[in-house]
Amino acid sequence: MQSYADIAKGDVLLSVKDVSLSFGGVKAIQGVSFDIRKGEVRAIIGPNGAGKTSMLNVINGFYHPQAGEIMFKGIRRPKMKPYEAASGGIARTFQNVALFKGMTTLDNIMAGRSLKMNVGLFWQMLRFGPAEREEVIHRRRVEEIIDFLEIQAIRKTPVGKLPYGLQKRVELGRALAMEPELLLLDEPMAGMNLEEKEDMCRFILDVREQFGTTIALIEHDMGVVMDLSDRVVVLDYGRKIADGVPDVVKADKTVIDAYLGVAH
Amino acid sequence: MSDATLPAAPAFKMTPGRWTLLGFVAFALLIVALVSTGTIRRGDFLYNVFADPFVSMVDLPDLLVQTLWEGLVAGVLYALIALGFVLIFKASGVFNFAQGIMVVFAALSLVGIYEILTLRLGFPPGFVAAILSLFGAIGVMFVLAVVVERVVLRPLVNQHEIIMLMATVGLTYFLIGFGEYVFGGNPKVMITSQLGLPTGSSTFNILGGRVSIQHLDVAAAVIATIMIAALAFFFQYTRIGRALRAVADSHKAALSVGISLNQIWVIVWFTAGIVALVTGIMWGARSDVSFALEIIALKALPVLIIGGFTSIPGAIIGGLIIGVGEKIGEFYWGPLFGGGIESWLAYIIALGVLMFRPQGLFGEKIIERI
Amino acid sequence: MFYREAGQFKTSYETDHATFPIRQDQIGIALILIAAVALPFVSSSFAMQTVMLPSLALVVAVIGLNILTGYTGLISLGSAGFMGVGAYACYKLTTLFPEVNILVWILCSGFFSAAIGVFFGLPSLRIKGLYLAVATLAAQFFLQWAFVRIPWLYNYNPSGAIEVPLRYLPFTEIAITGPTASLEVKYLVLLAFVVVLTWVGSNLMRGRIGRSFMAVRDMDIAAQLMGIRLLDAKLMAFAISSFYCGVSGALFVFIYLGGAEAGTEFSIRLSFLMLFAVIIGGLGSMIGSFLGAFFIVALPTILKFGAPAIGIAITGATAEKIVFMTIGALTIYLLIVEPHGLARLWQIAKQKLRAWPFPY
Repeated sequence: MQSYADIAKGDVLLSVKDVSLSFGGVKAIQGVSFDIRKGEVRAIIGPNGAGKTSMLNVINGFYHPQAGEIMFKGIRRPKMKPYEAASGGIARTFQNVALFKGMTTLDNIMAGRSLKMNVGLFWQMLRFGPAEREEVIHRRRVEEIIDFLEIQAIRKTPVGKLPYGLQKRVELGRALAMEPELLLLDEPMAGMNLEEKEDMCRFILDVREQFGTTIALIEHDMGVVMDLSDRVVVLDYGRKIADGVPDVVKADKTVIDAYLGVAH
Repeated sequence: MSDATLPAAPAFKMTPGRWTLLGFVAFALLIVALVSTGTIRRGDFLYNVFADPFVSMVDLPDLLVQTLWEGLVAGVLYALIALGFVLIFKASGVFNFAQGIMVVFAALSLVGIYEILTLRLGFPPGFVAAILSLFGAIGVMFVLAVVVERVVLRPLVNQHEIIMLMATVGLTYFLIGFGEYVFGGNPKVMITSQLGLPTGSSTFNILGGRVSIQHLDVAAAVIATIMIAALAFFFQYTRIGRALRAVADSHKAALSVGISLNQIWVIVWFTAGIVALVTGIMWGARSDVSFALEIIALKALPVLIIGGFTSIPGAIIGGLIIGVGEKIGEFYWGPLFGGGIESWLAYIIALGVLMFRPQGLFGEKIIERI
Repeated sequence: MFYREAGQFKTSYETDHATFPIRQDQIGIALILIAAVALPFVSSSFAMQTVMLPSLALVVAVIGLNILTGYTGLISLGSAGFMGVGAYACYKLTTLFPEVNILVWILCSGFFSAAIGVFFGLPSLRIKGLYLAVATLAAQFFLQWAFVRIPWLYNYNPSGAIEVPLRYLPFTEIAITGPTASLEVKYLVLLAFVVVLTWVGSNLMRGRIGRSFMAVRDMDIAAQLMGIRLLDAKLMAFAISSFYCGVSGALFVFIYLGGAEAGTEFSIRLSFLMLFAVIIGGLGSMIGSFLGAFFIVALPTILKFGAPAIGIAITGATAEKIVFMTIGALTIYLLIVEPHGLARLWQIAKQKLRAWPFPY
């Protein structure tokens, strides 16, 4: 495990500066800044409606903030489109599983390789030569991910029929298939039982260990957050109220107030 | 950040809509300039498209008024069909493709029952028989509502909207076959005078010309207005209306407070059926009653696009826009393209609106969430 | 008993994702193909003309619509219009350049249709779902209008219709279009088109492009965040789908109809029929497209000619009404009980065969 001192010295992979986002009159995010360093597990926590998911949506270009800027790998992109974020190396899982329900596990994860596949229409039509070779190369890579996540048995099952815990795992697999530099996990453990949570924690740590992926995650389970993450940023009502290593954040007065409520 | 600062007056910003408006104004000025300098003149294609129609509008204002009036009447009928769509969409989230066919089906039932009463059962033709068949047709629409709820809606509850749309397309086909099977496929004549609706027309001398107005069209406009007002009242102030609005917001929440979805759906489909019957009478009186009306009934779809799927005022204004736009377009620009552009102009107008406002004129802005 | 894949191990990814990975399927498809080629020599010419030719011509368009609606989730009510584009494009091409073989022009007419399809697919950038369905109606009605009002398209024929000229197979004197073409030749040409286009379509749908279509259909936002460009995928779907529709339209007019009133043929009713064929056959299934197209074509014929044969007196007009009712009712029924259509029944049959003679 890297120590906080190592992380603090690491390169900044992504930085968010004074970002504000509103929908009509609702201010989802107000002037939030933080950064994510290479190789760390960065948790974003906060009560419901604090703007965590909106933050992830801003990071991968699905929402465009009204103010502020986002730097990814040292390049500032004012109005990044979602596919630009994806091709830049940002992958994502979703709070409510957003798998392609009509497709098999294998196809879902293969779809995650879309960006890496580029054989054109002609060969695709014949499914021959380059198209067939490409398909096999990526199939091999996908099978590695399937092995890694231990979901060999459900390879050809339509994901709509899988139980929730496995769906979350397939979704992680789909994100991993993109070979991202930054992996955004939106409540990867929501609705799981203890055993499934432990599995998922192991996968997250293994991902960082094996692929060197930087991970940003939103999670409500404080035990998980404190164990997994290197640094934590806390949002409340769209504002940042704390930022730092888990132990510091845990003891922070404003954080405790935000979670438990405060008597005025 | 200080909350005490007063919000500054919003700066004037060029939105896409404003740019478009500016573009139109600039283009109009350009055409005026080109025409007045003689760069383009009578006979040029540009002149024919951009100047000539407006010149004839100003030269012959009585024709313009006549066209506008006809557009408005057609618009009222489109709006009525669209109203039926909106009612059902609001309450059950179903895009009822069959609404147009329900119009024909209702009119056909009315005329068919009248024929059976007078020809086979020996009722004296006239007002009494017409009223009896009117009740008969209302009964048919009620049975239709119950059957649709039982057979189509209940098993398909909570399905994706596209699935529901396709089911109503299936319903459309079924109703066409069923209607023709029961009442025969020949075009029928609406029992306009028997129902006590006015016929004939009046001619007014205005603007140096003559404008002719059908009495029936006036009646149609009046009846449509009364019906819309009644529906608005029904939705706003009755217990069932409140339940309807609750269901429109959320099926589950409505169920949890004890509103019966099935009952609401029957009521809504029945209401839409009555709207269809009224539309069918009005429409049938202006032409024959037959399933050829189906094509015209599809025109309610662009009306919905303009008005938004959930807005009753939207349906009305959309209907009027399409009706007027179509008649003006056909009358002034149609000849340039060989005529008959009425068949697609409505859809193109709707597409144009969608390009600027994907949610329609009255729909709420869509925020995508994940 | 016969249909078991036990013991057939896949040792490479190539064999695992082959079109027919199970040996019994390979044998089955070979048998079906042989039967299909032999059919015209054993079947009555009435069945060929009223069922086989139109179904084969329509299968292509149903596959096209299935690619758009079943695989990509974009509903279209304008497919008949795109078929018309193919038919008229083919007519213009073959009368302008009669020296080029008609088979080439039938394929090329698909590209014209694809271009028009992309144009009318452009609104899918901003609108989706039901709104898009209405937008495709604009295409349908505009194209239908154009077929009637632009006389250049039908070479100013006084009849206002396409008059299919006599054309031959390449390097032979065997007629494939026009009045002298024999039923067997027409059938085999259609069959060749259907087989090739089905194979190509199924390849496309199982590869990267097909996966991106299905991703857009199932969860467009997630697809976007995974780097699939929505507009590209949707326009590609419109292009491929319209290509199929265009080729189908050309085949329909040139080989099946042989020059009837083409202007009235490609009406909104045909668009609806195609949609029904896709739903009844099975959304997102190649085999379903076949079943759906055959069903839609065969049902009226069976009702019209089959019912009197078994002693039920039924007039042609009544049969037509019953066809409407049956198709409508069946669509609703299938949407309720089996949204995957006849294709799903086919799968269930295979499943049963696998377990036979045991129930499970």
